[in-house]
Amino acid sequence: MSIVEVNNITKTYNKGTVLATDSISFSVSEGELFGLIGPDGAGKTSIFRILTTLLLADSGTATVNGWDVVNDYSTIRNNIGYMPGKFSLYQDLSVEENLEFFATIFGTTIAENYHLIKDIYVQLEPFKDRRAGKLSGGMKQKLALCCALIHKPVVLFLDEPTTGVDPVSRKEFWNMLKRLKEQGITIIVSTPYMDEANLCDRIALMQNGKIMSIETPENIIKNYKKELWAVASPNMHSLLTDLREFELTESCYAFGDSLHLSFKEKNEDNRSKTLAFLGSRNHSSLEMNRINPGIEDCFISLMQQ
Amino acid sequence: MKQFLVFIKKEFAHVLRDRRTLLILFGLPVVQILVFGFALTNEVKNSRIVICDYANDESSQALIRKIEASEYFDAEKITLSYSDIEKSFKAGKIKAAVIFPVNFDNDLQHLHKAQIQIISDASDPNTGNTINNYLSTIITDYQRQMIENANIPLRVTTEIRMLYNPQLKAAHNFVPGVMALVLMLVCVMMTSISIVREKEMGTMEVLLVSPYRPILVILSKAVPYLLLSLVNVATILLLSVFVLELPIVGSVWLLFLESILFIITSLSLGLLISTRAKTQQEAMLISMMGMLLPTLIFSGFMFPVENFPLPLQLISNIVPARWYYIIVKTVMVKGLGFSAIWKETLILTGITFFLLVVSLRNFKKRLE
Repeated sequence: MSIVEVNNITKTYNKGTVLATDSISFSVSEGELFGLIGPDGAGKTSIFRILTTLLLADSGTATVNGWDVVNDYSTIRNNIGYMPGKFSLYQDLSVEENLEFFATIFGTTIAENYHLIKDIYVQLEPFKDRRAGKLSGGMKQKLALCCALIHKPVVLFLDEPTTGVDPVSRKEFWNMLKRLKEQGITIIVSTPYMDEANLCDRIALMQNGKIMSIETPENIIKNYKKELWAVASPNMHSLLTDLREFELTESCYAFGDSLHLSFKEKNEDNRSKTLAFLGSRNHSSLEMNRINPGIEDCFISLMQQ
Repeated sequence: MKQFLVFIKKEFAHVLRDRRTLLILFGLPVVQILVFGFALTNEVKNSRIVICDYANDESSQALIRKIEASEYFDAEKITLSYSDIEKSFKAGKIKAAVIFPVNFDNDLQHLHKAQIQIISDASDPNTGNTINNYLSTIITDYQRQMIENANIPLRVTTEIRMLYNPQLKAAHNFVPGVMALVLMLVCVMMTSISIVREKEMGTMEVLLVSPYRPILVILSKAVPYLLLSLVNVATILLLSVFVLELPIVGSVWLLFLESILFIITSLSLGLLISTRAKTQQEAMLISMMGMLLPTLIFSGFMFPVENFPLPLQLISNIVPARWYYIIVKTVMVKGLGFSAIWKETLILTGITFFLLVVSLRNFKKRLE
C-alpha cells in the first residue's frame, strides 16, 4: 500500500518563470526508505514543501496517508515529521530545551515516545545542557532528527539531513534511519550525495525538476548497459582533455583519483585502441581497468540522455 | 494551553539570553530619557540676556549684580525701549530680557511688593523655560535675603512673558515622546525581527508543520513583548518621576491601559512588517525607517503638528504615535481623565484593529 502519492506535480516560482518541478509523479510504500537524489536545484526541496503542505503546487495532486495536501493540510501537519534543509532548531536553547519545546508543541512528552529517539538521544545526553548553537554539525542533525521524531510521525520527511555533515556522522545518521525504518516509520529523504543512494530502498534520480528514473539502487545500476572503465595516469589533466577528444569516447569525467570512461559502442578492441591513442599522445604508465558502475555513473549517464 | 506557555517561555529565553537584545530593550529607554532629559535641556550656559533697568536704584542694582554673577547668563545692561527689545529678540541676539520698572526700590520699601518682568524667547521652549527658571531662582533668592535682613514680608513678583510660544508646548514633552518612541521601536522592531528570525532559521517551517496553530505562534510572540514593553513603560515613568522630577498628574492606571493599547498597535505593525520582510536586516530597516522617522517627525514630539502644511498634517493622522503622544501628554502632564482622550483612544483602537486585520490576513499558513 502506498502511503505517499504524488501525481503530476508542477511547481513554478517567480510567476512561472522558474520551473521547480515538472509534472512529477511517484509513490512511496508504507515502511519504505525512499530517497530523492539529485544536485542542488533539482527540485527536491519543492517536493518536500508541497508534501509537507508548506507550498501549493501549480497543478497536480498529492496525498500523504490518504490525506490531500491541500484540503487536509492540518491533519497532515499533525501527523508527519519534517526536518527542513536549513538547520531548524533554536540555537540559543539547550539540547534538552529544544527537544522539550518540540515535544510540547506536538502535544506529547519526551517520556511518552522516548523509545523512538532513545538510540539517538543517548549520544546527545552528555550535552543536554549545551546550547544547540554550540553543537557540532553532526550532533545538530541528530538533535533535529530527535525533534522531528518525538511525536511518532506516520511519515518522516528529511530534506538533505546530511548536507554539511562529516562522513562519520553521515554514516551514523544513515544507520539511525535504518533502525527507524525497522520500527515501521516511512521515511522520505533527499540528498545530493550519490553514495547515500545505495542505503535507500528505492530512489528517484532528479535533475532540473524532472525525475529521470525511479528504481531500487540495484536496478538502477543493473540498467546501466554500457561498459565502464577507470583510467589513470600521472598526468590526469591532459589525460582528461585527450580522452574527451578521442573519437570512440562517449563520456569521460574525473571520479576520485581516476577517470571514468565509457564508449559509444561496445567493442572488443576498445581498450587496446584507447591505449594506442593515449600512447600517441605521449601518456605513459597508464592504468585502464573495467569497473562496475555506481549510482553517480548512472546519474551522469541518465543526465546525458 | 501548555503549548502556549512553553512557547512563551521559549520567547523569553530568546530575549534574556541575547545580550544585545537585552541592551536595546532595557538600555534604550534609560539612555533616551537621560539624553533627552539632561543633555538636551540643560544646555543653557552663557545665554545672552539684556537687563533694562528703568529704576536704577539700590535694590535693582543689587539684584542685577546677582544676575550678572550667574554663569548661566551673559548679561548686558542697557536701557532699551520695548520696540528695541523686540528687535533684538527677532534678530536672535538675546534669549531673554529682564525689566525693572521705574519705582522698583520705592515699591519694595514702601509697598513691600515690587514687580520684575521677564520676557523670554520661547521658540525654543526648553531653553526659554530653563532661563525663566534660573532667573526666578535668583530673584527668589534675593527676596529671601531681603526678608532675612529687613524682617518685613517683602515680595518681588516676576511677571513672565513667553514670546512666540506662550503655552510652552514641547517643554518636558519629551517624556511622552520618548515613551511613544521606545514602545514603537521595541515592539515593532523586536516582534518583526523575532518572527522573521524564525523564517530565516527555518524554524518557522517546522512550526507551521506542527499541530500548533499559526495564530497561536503570533500570539505567543506578542505576549512576551507586551510584558517587556510594560516594564519599559514603568522604567520610563519611574525615571521621569524620580530623576527628571516630572510628576504623573493623572491616573497611572489609565496611562498603563492606554500604553497597552499602543503596545498592541505597535505589535500589529511589527507583525505586518514580518509578513513582508524576508530577512532580519530587512525587518530592522523597515522598522527603523518606517517607524522611527515618522514617529519622530509626525507625532508632534519634535515639531508641533499644527505648524505642518496641510498634506503633512493629514499624513500625521495615520501615525499611531501621534495619538498616543497626545494621550500620554493629556493624562501625564495635564492630569485629565478618560473623557478628555476618548477620541484619541478611539482613533488608536481603530488603527490597531485595521493593522491587526491586515497583518493577520497577510500572515500565511504556508510559505508563500
